[in-house]
Amino acid sequence: MSNVQIMTGNSAAAWGARLAKVQVVSAYPITPSTSVTETIANWVERGELKAEYVRVESEHSVMTVCVSASTVGARVFTSTSSHGLLYMHEQLHWAAGSRLPIVLCCINRGVGAPWSIFNDQQDSIAQRDTGWIQIYCRDNQEIIDSVIQAYRIAEEVYCPVMVCYDGFVLSHTMMPVDIPDAEEVCRFLPPYKPHTLLCAEEPRNINPVIFPWQRRDAEGVLRDGYMDMRWKLQHALEGSAAVIARTSRDFAERFGRDHGGLLWGYRTEDAELFIAAMGSIATEATTAADLLREQGVRAGVVGVRVYRPFPREEVRQAFRSAPAIIVFEKDISYGYEGALAADIKAALYGTGIAAPIHNFIAGLGGRDVKAHELAEAVRASLAAMAQGTRERQTWLNCVTE
Amino acid sequence: MYEVIWHGRGGQGVVIAAQILAESAYLQGFKGVTSAPTFGPERRGAPLTASTRISDTPIRTFSQIERADIVVVLDPTLFTAVNILGSLKPTGWLLVNTSQQPDELDVTAGINVATVDAAAIALKFHLIKEGAPIVNTPMLGVFARAAGIVDVEHMEKGLKWKLSGTAAATNIAALRAAYEEARIKPGTSQVP
Repeated sequence: MSNVQIMTGNSAAAWGARLAKVQVVSAYPITPSTSVTETIANWVERGELKAEYVRVESEHSVMTVCVSASTVGARVFTSTSSHGLLYMHEQLHWAAGSRLPIVLCCINRGVGAPWSIFNDQQDSIAQRDTGWIQIYCRDNQEIIDSVIQAYRIAEEVYCPVMVCYDGFVLSHTMMPVDIPDAEEVCRFLPPYKPHTLLCAEEPRNINPVIFPWQRRDAEGVLRDGYMDMRWKLQHALEGSAAVIARTSRDFAERFGRDHGGLLWGYRTEDAELFIAAMGSIATEATTAADLLREQGVRAGVVGVRVYRPFPREEVRQAFRSAPAIIVFEKDISYGYEGALAADIKAALYGTGIAAPIHNFIAGLGGRDVKAHELAEAVRASLAAMAQGTRERQTWLNCVTE
Repeated sequence: MYEVIWHGRGGQGVVIAAQILAESAYLQGFKGVTSAPTFGPERRGAPLTASTRISDTPIRTFSQIERADIVVVLDPTLFTAVNILGSLKPTGWLLVNTSQQPDELDVTAGINVATVDAAAIALKFHLIKEGAPIVNTPMLGVFARAAGIVDVEHMEKGLKWKLSGTAAATNIAALRAAYEEARIKPGTSQVP
């Protein structure tokens, strides 16, 4: 029995949190994320969602509330964008270091200066090294489903998960979304079992100053040093890849929708040209691939759904027969190249996959990206590749003189 | 795929109209529908647009519409403020809330035109919000009559999906009136 409603990406995210029966929500409003927690606040006030909604004065405090609530055993949720996420940065590290299964929706927005409220992915890409799992959604159905999956992943591997989706492009665009059955979600998502319970009956000192070396605690037990704990976080992130893939498969079996686990492909079987992208620009790229095929260019798309942990093996598998790769992305690692392009190149190192890789920086600060523009960019790149240009960075529709 | 651009002013219900059209189209069986506001801040009274895409298959494009199949204008004074015809296909439909006849509008002969006095209809059915007539639902009636993509029965279902009992009934009455009163002038180009 499907329950389809036409809804925005922000409604879909709020519904995901509601179905996951989150217990504590804290947020500070920022465009374009605001209506996610606005919707949840409404449900809490009306008694439709039994959760504690904590109002605070900044995003830094938001993540502090999330860390605290998760530590005492609550399932927590928040959402933010751009400067809000950047303001959380320190606490993002803390959440991951504490191994807390917090789920945050990042409604992707450009970063100032100068001010922009519009979409790109610089905000979440800039949090790449905080130890959070990052999932990028291609449409609103994937948002609601990914929020639900995120809790199961987070609570299995004890790592926080950032569910990222493009501001306005998805957050404010309505489309059909099948709302999963609440009881079925309960069966899919077991209750949260904290790794350490902090309560008044059993007081603890959590995350005190730690030394570079291993050390015996008051009970004489040899405890990790800082670096050993950091390795465990890295090990957990790497291990989460298998959990993400399995969770995606289990979800598909139960709900009939498979979002592809770590990455997904579109018309790649016979492709002579592979487009790689994350989020809604990857969706746009599938339309570009259709256009290119009408023009006689056999294009396919590889959508990178999970950016951290980076799906190294899956990327190698997906591109093993790729004659040419073109990466479109809405972020830039200043002084180098797009973050996704850099990581794809690194993943292919030593594999013998020798496809030329061109990188397009596109849609920064909300600049519109149309499917036919992507198709034209691909054709231009193919022409340059034919002339022997193996690497190239191009800023799409941008004045660069 | 059909692409629709809604022109209006902040507060006129442009975004809601785009949504109801998408919902009605979905109810009629179109698998792919999207509706989006102009991305960015909104100001009451300022010109703004919203868009609806309607397709038999799920929609995989979110970019802004360049040339629409149907352009709906909720406020005729916008013709002097915004390049409305510049975003309409030469064979498209132009649907305008105005007391004027289609012939009286200064548009190229190729395009299809439908007009209705949506403000008068809204006043007749006491569809008034903050002192101004609600013209968005009557324009959905004109859409059903002229564009022929989503029929009036499904527009009514869409309104019922969105609105509560009394509000739905009044809006449906206005929608039907606009459907009946719409003045149609097919263009010399082929209908899309």
